[in-house]
Amino acid sequence: MNKPELSELVTRALYAVAPDLEGETIDPETPFRDQFEFDSMDFLNFIIELHQASGEEIAEADYPQLASLNDCVSYLKQKNV
Amino acid sequence: MSKTRTLTYRDAIREALREAMQRDDRVFLMGEDVGRYGGAYACSKGLLEEFGEARIRDAPLSESGFTGAGIGAALGGMRPIVEIMTVNFSLLALDQIVNTAATLRHMSGGQFSVPIVIRMATGAGRQLAAQHSHSLECWFAHVPGLRVVAPATVADARGMLWTALQDPDPVIIFEHATLYNEEGEIAAEGEFSCDLDKAAISRSGRDVSLITYSGSLSKTLDAAQRLAEDGIDCEVIDLRSLRPLDDATIMKSVNKTTRAVIVDEGWRSGSLAGEISARIVEQAFYSLDAPIERVCSEEVPIPYPSHLEKAATPQVESIVAAVRKTLRT
Amino acid sequence: MPSLGADMEQGTLVEWLKQPGDIIHRGDVLAVVETQKGAIEIEVFNDGVLRDCRASPGDRVPVGEVIAILDGDDVSGMSIDKPSVSAVPSQAPVPDKPLSPGPRVTPAARRLAQQIGLDVRNIAPDGSGVVGLRQVQASSTETSPPKVQPAGIDFKAMRAAIAAAMARSNREIPHYYVSSDIDVTVFMDWLAQENARRSVADRLLYAVPLFRILAGTLVDTPELNGHYDQGTFSPAQTVNAGIAIAMRGGGLVAPSIQDVAGKSVDELRISLTDLVGRVRSGRLRSSELSNATVTFSNLGERTADTLMPIIYPPQVAIIGCGQIVRRPWVKDGEVHVRQIMSVTVAGDHRVSDGRSAARFLSRFEKRLTKPEDL
Repeated sequence: MNKPELSELVTRALYAVAPDLEGETIDPETPFRDQFEFDSMDFLNFIIELHQASGEEIAEADYPQLASLNDCVSYLKQKNV
Repeated sequence: MSKTRTLTYRDAIREALREAMQRDDRVFLMGEDVGRYGGAYACSKGLLEEFGEARIRDAPLSESGFTGAGIGAALGGMRPIVEIMTVNFSLLALDQIVNTAATLRHMSGGQFSVPIVIRMATGAGRQLAAQHSHSLECWFAHVPGLRVVAPATVADARGMLWTALQDPDPVIIFEHATLYNEEGEIAAEGEFSCDLDKAAISRSGRDVSLITYSGSLSKTLDAAQRLAEDGIDCEVIDLRSLRPLDDATIMKSVNKTTRAVIVDEGWRSGSLAGEISARIVEQAFYSLDAPIERVCSEEVPIPYPSHLEKAATPQVESIVAAVRKTLRT
Repeated sequence: MPSLGADMEQGTLVEWLKQPGDIIHRGDVLAVVETQKGAIEIEVFNDGVLRDCRASPGDRVPVGEVIAILDGDDVSGMSIDKPSVSAVPSQAPVPDKPLSPGPRVTPAARRLAQQIGLDVRNIAPDGSGVVGLRQVQASSTETSPPKVQPAGIDFKAMRAAIAAAMARSNREIPHYYVSSDIDVTVFMDWLAQENARRSVADRLLYAVPLFRILAGTLVDTPELNGHYDQGTFSPAQTVNAGIAIAMRGGGLVAPSIQDVAGKSVDELRISLTDLVGRVRSGRLRSSELSNATVTFSNLGERTADTLMPIIYPPQVAIIGCGQIVRRPWVKDGEVHVRQIMSVTVAGDHRVSDGRSAARFLSRFEKRLTKPEDL
């Protein structure tokens, strides 16, 4: 997938976890935790959505690499999703 | 962008053989008609003149004998490449391959290893009838102690041999008989050796995972192309390694697409397709949105007449139909 | 109108999900009521027949007022309006019926339907009689707009409700506080190992086994688990733990999970995920808001070290866990870097003493060193 497609995939995963965010602008650089008051449960659900949308088995040790929209896109890119 | 060049699968194998002989003087080639005749599929044409009779050795019609001799040479420190004309004939050498080559490391408690590479042609499509056309890769893929690979592309035909020679244990390389004339692009120069462990995503897609190997890859890619014209986005996986199987790549794809079609020229009963299907059910059951489909050969000895040979083996039409079945359209 | 918390005075009826004449079973959702905590589904505690709905959508009804009349526990009491047939044994043997085949549902579709709370039996299959992902997705977009109303939460009203409940707690309950800094390194190492062998969807937040161990320890400390009402304490039979969940945009709810000590770790993981999901979408059930017997408040990662929580009446204890931090820690006479969590028990002095909470904490600490017992 190219970058816009990956970005779309990540955004959809975000909305699935937090439907109330739909329509809000997402700053690609700011971590989700700071931007949307994500707690650890929101974050885990988000990872599950990403896993289901991309097929990628995301290791727990990789979670810090998925803090923001840009982080997620480059992580998935590097995994050849 | 570095320079590339076009060559045939046959030429890629010949280049790989020549490179191996040049890089390592323990390497030699042995088999029926590999020397004076240049190989049943002309892979070793010209090598006898270049390397001499000691390293390009014509063997008598005795698969068990010369495969056993190759195993002995490997035990003695050489790096033999044994060519068996077709997988059908390898049955005469099964005892050497399964009972000896695959077991010696185990039986000697790790004291001996058998670094032999055995190449053989496989598959139908050249009207060679039922004693030269079968796909028995899965028999070898069943056996612990063997590594089994199936280069489906010119690049893999060029690159897999050297890596296989570095393996301290026996490696079987299957070359599909319809591939030898196929052309492909590879880098103009440099290091060609490639990994033997990972399956390759030959085409990425979202809707259905098509899992295949060897001679069926190009048919599967053609089917994917035809389906793309109808808006069906197929992912095509070239297994490359038949033992061990790269489960991670398969499951990642199926988790994404939720559908799997396995294209395998072997007979359906007891096939690699059956093994892969079982693994998907074991590891990705909850991702499946349709029953797994298998496109395999009909359960008959491969027929001689061209139209019947086609009808007995996987074709673009049967792959397209199987994909549509998983989509319930 | 049921009371959905100590501070609730009235509720606004949003809609009836059952109509007069419907047969009702225990656990069915009867109606949706708007409260200061959002839209709450009102469940029924008896079997019977819905006779009469006394309130209409939009009505504000004080707690305790009748909103509907339910007939009997006896579902076969449907026969009230029918001629008596009592001569026939009521439990005549039912002839064996073959199980109806129902639609064929793919594993992926079944999983998705479960995740978004759809009953696969209500989803129309495709032309070949199969319910696949596409049918579930189509069905979820059809039904989702009226279902989720997160906008229904009035944050100002919620703040007022929290204020009322906490003011009452501070006024009436003589709190005592006991706390310990606990070494959770063994527990966290076990969790990391456990998660390494789990697939993404099954991984555990540390809160899950933590709550399970808290609940397991509470079983041995009944004086911290129950209700204090009108001068008497009634210990609870099971640990129904209220889980404090912060809402985005401010505010807090503490819906409960039933019998936490009786659940496996994975059952608890599924319950917690479901509960948080419904908090986020503003759809809780009445029983979840009224029957907690104790509350757990876990601050979580990247927050603060210690909290001194306030008991939610009529409960008699609340347990607060701070974030886990790495600290120099003396173990076997040497200083090591260990992962430390500060745990505070607030207890109701009318029911228990600091000694109970201290005993609880030391048992809890011991259990945390044996996470493999879970």
